[in-house]
Amino acid sequence: MPLSTQSQSQDEQYVLVANLDNARNLSNILKAITCKDHAVFTATANGLKVTVEDCKCMQANAFIQADIFQEFTLKEDMVIFQVNLTVLLDCLNIFGGSTAAGASTALRMCYMGYGHPLTLFLEEGGVVTVCKINTQEPEEPIDFEFSSSNVTNKVILQSESLKEAFSELDMTSEVLQITMSPSQPYFRLSTFGNSGNAHYDYSKDSDMMELFQCSTTQTNRYKMSLLKPSTKALAISCKVSVRTDSRGLLSLQYLVRNDDGQICFVEYFCCPDEEVEEE
Amino acid sequence: MKFRGKITDIACLNHFTRVVTTISKLTKTCVLRLTPDHLFFILPGKVTNGGVGMWCQLLQANFFQEYQMEGVTSEVQEICLEVSPEPWSRALKTVQSAKSVKLKLTRKHCACLTVAAELPTLSSVGRVVTHDVPVDVIPRRLWQEFQEAGVPDFDVSVYLPPLKTMKSVVDRMKNLSNFLVMEANLNGDMNLKIQTDLVSVTTHFKDLGNPSRDPEVMAEVTVDIRKLQQFLMGQQVNPSKALCNIVHQNVVHLVLLHEDVSLQYFIPAVA
Repeated sequence: MPLSTQSQSQDEQYVLVANLDNARNLSNILKAITCKDHAVFTATANGLKVTVEDCKCMQANAFIQADIFQEFTLKEDMVIFQVNLTVLLDCLNIFGGSTAAGASTALRMCYMGYGHPLTLFLEEGGVVTVCKINTQEPEEPIDFEFSSSNVTNKVILQSESLKEAFSELDMTSEVLQITMSPSQPYFRLSTFGNSGNAHYDYSKDSDMMELFQCSTTQTNRYKMSLLKPSTKALAISCKVSVRTDSRGLLSLQYLVRNDDGQICFVEYFCCPDEEVEEE
Repeated sequence: MKFRGKITDIACLNHFTRVVTTISKLTKTCVLRLTPDHLFFILPGKVTNGGVGMWCQLLQANFFQEYQMEGVTSEVQEICLEVSPEPWSRALKTVQSAKSVKLKLTRKHCACLTVAAELPTLSSVGRVVTHDVPVDVIPRRLWQEFQEAGVPDFDVSVYLPPLKTMKSVVDRMKNLSNFLVMEANLNGDMNLKIQTDLVSVTTHFKDLGNPSRDPEVMAEVTVDIRKLQQFLMGQQVNPSKALCNIVHQNVVHLVLLHEDVSLQYFIPAVA
């Protein structure tokens, strides 16, 4: 395979080399966080974290652990760069994005460090495409300081149940309101649009509810435009955890299984639009 | 000036329809040149079509079970018409189950290519559906443009890679750049390259094979990517032979052969 005939000396120049037999294991998960043009890539020994932010109050992260890659070599403790995400996705899908049986694109991703482009070698059926994507000055991702110790309410749901609700969300509503409570209605999604108010309730006893830990009643509103992209992550996930902290900050965590059945995570953080006091 | 052709064989009808449909994806209008033995779909490479040229040649006997024509004069057994292949393709697609399809040059409110299809019915009474596709008769004084373009003196000739792969790659490259460089050598290598401020992408095709033998020198042409994409979008069947001739920094000449149809497409270099 052409990709593995990279010369030894060239390899030594790269601070990051990541190989995947199936490029879709990266491109599919990146599609789930594509809502802005550029993304920050942070590579550590644990693997790759890709971050996209919007308006300084929404952040989407995709985590691809090191063991998902067939090779993941890092010469420094942490490597950070920023690239245009839509360009990267066009390159990853250069041979077409379809899931034709037997045909998969192999990927070798290499980075020489600050000031160098991100180099991708993609191979399918003996044809090799080389892409050099210019990197940008990385903007440091916001730390929302969301810690497990601050979590007030948490539920874990099977994604199936939320998919229907999210696909029907009234987009004329400026906000999505989330209510979590130890008593009725337990977990409720609400919209306030042109056709009126809509509520989706999920009981704590529902089959779809895998975990229900709500200690206080909280109602928070989030800008619909910021949360709508999370539908892409929901679509490819099998489970989702919804957590809020004392500030009303929302954390959505999606468990995603890739083509090979391996697990990756996507996480969305969103700041509340305004606080609504429960009457 | 008369023309009447009849197709009664369903495979011939399907094939003819596919050819017209392919042409309709390549150009909005073109010249239909009819001779006793051939049909030609011609787009002379002019500035008005961005320099793109096309020449498609069909042996009439391979498609029509009956074929009669009388040229403009008794000495000149040729007819040249300007046609829009798209309405013609649409008409043909609706009569795929016909028992027979007649193609006639008629004069209704204007000159027309009439598609008359005899459709099967359950009763003994046949049903005929006609579509009139307006055409323009081209005067003889303009005919010298439609003689076959000489095959350019190319620098490199190479067989094309699988068109499906080429199309996937070109589709993605079009998202990234307006221009693409096609280069090939006589070692069976072909590269498609784009370069912008944001990204550079090169796809390497190898072992393609060359029709002739000569030293290893790359010839390249920078083309408008939409023109290459348009050519690839039009292809409905896998050709038995697909060739690419390159005149360095001048023109890309693509030749497809499928059974009895040859299609040539010229893409000029961008200024």
